[in-house]
Amino acid sequence: MSGMGDVRAEDERTPRVEPEPLLQIRDLQVDFTTMHGSVRAVEDASLSLEAGRTLAVVGESGSGKSTTAMAAIGLLAGNGKVTGGSIRFNGQDLVGLPESRMRDIRGRQIGLVPQDPMSNLNPVSRIGTQVAETLLTHRLATRRDVDARVVEVLEAAGIPEAGRRSRQYPHELSGGLRQRALIAVALACRPRLLIADEPTSALDVTVQQVILDQIEQMTQELGTAILLITHDLGLAAERAQDLVVMHRGKVVESGPAAQLLEDPQHPYTRSLVRAAPSVAAVRLAPEAFTGARGEDHPAPAQREGHPGARPLPDGGTAGALPASAPVRAEDGRGWGRGAGADTEPLVTITDLTKVYPVRGGDDFYAARNVSLEIPRGTTVSIVGESGSGKTTTARMLLRLIEPTSGSITFDGRDVLTLDRRELRDFRQRVQAVFQDPYSSLNPMFTVGRIIEEPLIAYKRGGARERRDRVVELMDQVALPSSMHRRYPAELSGGQRQRVAIARALALRPELIVCDEPVSALDVLVQDQILTLLGDLQQELGLSYLFISHDLAVVRLISDYVCVMKDGELVEAATSEEIFTNPRHAYTRRLLASIPGNELGIETGVA
Amino acid sequence: MSVNLPPAAGGPTGDLTPGGSPAPDPASGGLLPGTTGTVVAAGPGRDDGGPVKGTSVWKDAFLRLRRNPAAIAGAVIVALFLLVAVLAPLIAPYPGEAVPGAREITPGHIPGPGELPQFPLGLDRFGGDVLSKLIWGAQSSLMIGVVSTALGLAGGMVLGLLAGAFGGWVDGVVMRIVDILLSVPNLLLAVSIAAVLGQGPYAVMIAIGVSQVPIFARLLRSSMLSQKSADYVLAAQTLGLSRRTITMSHVLPNSVGPVIVQATLTLATAVIDAAALSFLGLGGGRPETAEWGRMLTYAQSELGIAPWLAFLPGLCIAVTALGFTLLGESLREALDPKSRAR
Repeated sequence: MSGMGDVRAEDERTPRVEPEPLLQIRDLQVDFTTMHGSVRAVEDASLSLEAGRTLAVVGESGSGKSTTAMAAIGLLAGNGKVTGGSIRFNGQDLVGLPESRMRDIRGRQIGLVPQDPMSNLNPVSRIGTQVAETLLTHRLATRRDVDARVVEVLEAAGIPEAGRRSRQYPHELSGGLRQRALIAVALACRPRLLIADEPTSALDVTVQQVILDQIEQMTQELGTAILLITHDLGLAAERAQDLVVMHRGKVVESGPAAQLLEDPQHPYTRSLVRAAPSVAAVRLAPEAFTGARGEDHPAPAQREGHPGARPLPDGGTAGALPASAPVRAEDGRGWGRGAGADTEPLVTITDLTKVYPVRGGDDFYAARNVSLEIPRGTTVSIVGESGSGKTTTARMLLRLIEPTSGSITFDGRDVLTLDRRELRDFRQRVQAVFQDPYSSLNPMFTVGRIIEEPLIAYKRGGARERRDRVVELMDQVALPSSMHRRYPAELSGGQRQRVAIARALALRPELIVCDEPVSALDVLVQDQILTLLGDLQQELGLSYLFISHDLAVVRLISDYVCVMKDGELVEAATSEEIFTNPRHAYTRRLLASIPGNELGIETGVA
Repeated sequence: MSVNLPPAAGGPTGDLTPGGSPAPDPASGGLLPGTTGTVVAAGPGRDDGGPVKGTSVWKDAFLRLRRNPAAIAGAVIVALFLLVAVLAPLIAPYPGEAVPGAREITPGHIPGPGELPQFPLGLDRFGGDVLSKLIWGAQSSLMIGVVSTALGLAGGMVLGLLAGAFGGWVDGVVMRIVDILLSVPNLLLAVSIAAVLGQGPYAVMIAIGVSQVPIFARLLRSSMLSQKSADYVLAAQTLGLSRRTITMSHVLPNSVGPVIVQATLTLATAVIDAAALSFLGLGGGRPETAEWGRMLTYAQSELGIAPWLAFLPGLCIAVTALGFTLLGESLREALDPKSRAR
C-alpha cells in the first residue's frame, strides 16, 4: 500500500483499472419485517468502491443509505435481513457470513464512525478503556503496551493532551472531541474500509470541517477507503470522488462527483442539486419580494437598493446596532430606519442581556448586550453555533425567558412591561415555529385541533367559522384539508412543520419567530418549507426572526443577518454584505465551513 | 382501513427504521417535476384523496395489543376471572359462607377433588365447597384489588398532578408527603388502619391503596416533568394559553400513559397483597369467609392431608396476577414510542 497518499490526486485524472474493487455491492436487497408486513428498505442497490478512494452515498432520511452501509458491516437492526444480492469485500462475500467471521472483519478491516458522538460512547467507561478494548480484541496491543498504544491512537486522531483525555469520561469531552475519539476507535486497527455514517451531522459547522479534514488526512495516511453516508450533497461533493444517489431504497444515479453535480441525469438528482442550499445559495426570489411588497406594504421601501452594500457601521464590534446608529451617507438610509413613522422597525432590541448565575463560579452570560432591529416585512436572521445565545435571544423576544437587562419594543411598545391584557394582545401578534416538528405538535391532538387551538383560545368566531379558517390555513400551507383528522405521528417531518406554520398563522400575526425551522428536515423538504415561508411573507407581509446554525439556509431567506458567538453579537449586516464581505473573523470562519461552498469568500479576507 | 396506516416512522432514526418512510411533501411549487406524483402514489398508506380518520395514540396502542399474543392471553385470563366474579351468584353451586358438606368431614379425612360428585373440587375443613369458595373468592379478591388500585391511582394522580403542575415549593411539600408514605411499611399501615377501622375488607383496601399512592404520584410527576420540556408546551406558551389549559389539555393527557400501565401492573400486586393481608387475618370476616388469602390461612394446618386447599387458591392468585401483568407489560410495550416505529 505504498504511495496511498497520492492515490486521490492520481485517480482523479485516470480512473485506475483494478481486477476487483475493495467493496462491491451488487443488487442488494434488504427487507425489514414490521407490524405491517415486510418492508423493502433497499432494492437492487449496487455500488463499488476501490481501495483508497472515497465514495459518498447521498440521500434523504428513509432513502436506504444507512441501511446499505449497515448491511455491508453486518449490523442491520434485528428485524432487517439481506434478502438478495451480494456484498463482496476484499474478495469475500459478506452476505451469509457467520457472525464469528464477521466479527473479525468488523473493526479489524472495516471501521465505523457513527453519526451521534453523544450516544455512541459508553458513558460509564473512560475514553482510553474504550479504545483499548478495540485494540485488545483485535490483538493489536498487549496488556502491557496498551496504554501507550491508546495514547498514540488518540494523538493520531488529533486529540490534544491524549494522555489526560484517555482517563476522562465521555461527558467531560466536547462533541468534536468525542467524535475524534470515535474516529480513533474506528481507525485504531488500520482498517481497509471506513464507513462514516453522517459523521458530522450532530456537530457545529466549524467543528464539522475539522473533523472531516481529520478523517481525510488519517485515511490518506493509512490508505483506507471511505464509504461516506450523508444527506448533504455539498459535503459529499467536497469530500468524495464518486457519488451514489439513493432515493426510496434505490440507487437512482451514480458517477464521479463533479459530473453528477454539473450534469445530473435523474430528475431526483436534479431536484437535489437545485435544493442543496450550499450549492445554489441566493436569496429566494428577491425580485418577487421587493416588487410585490413595495405596493401592499409601505414598510420595505428601504429594501429597494437591497443588493448593494449597506453595511452596518463597524460590524466588528459587539452590540453592532446601537439605536442611534449613524447612517451611511452614500446610501441615505440605515438598516430599517427611514424617515416616516411607518418605517419604524417592528421590533427593536436594545442591550438585551441574560445572565445565569453559576454556583461558585463566574456568571454565565447566555446573551450579552444584544441589539438588533427587525424592520417590517423583512427577515432578520440570527446565526450561530450551539451555545451562541441565539435561541435565548429569540425566547426573550417571545417572553418565554425573562431577560436580566435590556429592552425590547414591539410596534413601539415595551414588551417587557406589558400587563396581562397587553401581553394577550402581544401573544396574538407574535407567533413561533420551533425546530423539531416531531415534538412541537401535541401527539394526542389531531391536525385540525392543533391548528384550531389558537382560534379557540382567543375565541375567534364560532365552531363553523373556525373550521373554515382551519381549512383555509391548511390550504395556505399546502396541506390537503383531508388531513385534518390525522395525528402528527402519521405525518412526515415536512408535513408536520407545515402544520406548525399553519398554527402560527392562525391568528394572523405580524411577526413569526422561526427557531431552526428546517434543521430537522431533509434537503428537499427544507427547500419546500423555506419557499413556503417566503411565499407567506410575500402574501401576508410577515416579518420573520429566523434562528439558524446553517449559514447556507440563512442566505436563502434573510434580508439581514446577525452573527452571534458566545452570547454576543459579533457582526450584523445585510445578507449580501455578510456573504460577500464578512468583516468579523468568526463570520469568515463560519462561511468557510459551509461544505462545498462556492462563495468567493477569499475576496473578503483582507 | 385505518388498520393499514403505518405510523410514519422516519425522523431522527428514519434511516434505520424504514417503516413507511416519509414521502417528500406532496406540495409546494412543483419542486420535484416528474417525481412528486409517483413518490406520493408510492407512499404506503398515504391516501390523501378522501377524508381520513387518523389513528390516535390510544387507538394505535389498542391495535398493537390486538396483535400481541401475550396481551391476548392476559386479556382472556382477566376477562375470565372478571366474568366469574360478576356471575358468582349465578354460577356458584353454594353461597360463599355455606358449609353444605359439614357432615362429610371426619377427623383425619377431608374429601378431596373428585371424591364426591356434588363437590367437584373437594371440601375445606369446615365442610365448605371449594369450587364455590374459589368463585366467591374471585369476587372479593378482584373487588379488593380494583378498589384499592383505584384509591391509590386517585390519590397518586392528585398528588402527582399538584407536584408536576406547580413545581417549586408545592412540588417539594408534596414529594416529602410521598416520602413519608413510602417510609411506612405496608403491613404496619394495614395493621394500624385495621386497629382504627376494625378488621375488614375496607381496612385492606385502604391499606393497599395508600401504599400505592407514592408509586403513582412519583410516576405522574416525572412523566409530567419530561412532557413539560417538550416543544409543544413551548408552542402552547407562545400562543398565550393559560397554565391550566396547558397542564390539563396538553401535559396531562400525554403523561398518563405510564400511569395507566403501572395501574394495570399494580392490580396484580394488589390481588397478591390483598391475599397476604387476609392471610394474616386483617381482612376480617369469619373463618369460612370466601376469600383466597383467607382460604390459604386455614389450609396451613391441613397441608398434610388436604394440599389442594392451599394449591387451588394459590393457583387462582398466581393466574390472576399473571393475567394483569401480561396485560400491563403488553400495554407498556404498545405505548412505548420506541416500539411504535415497528
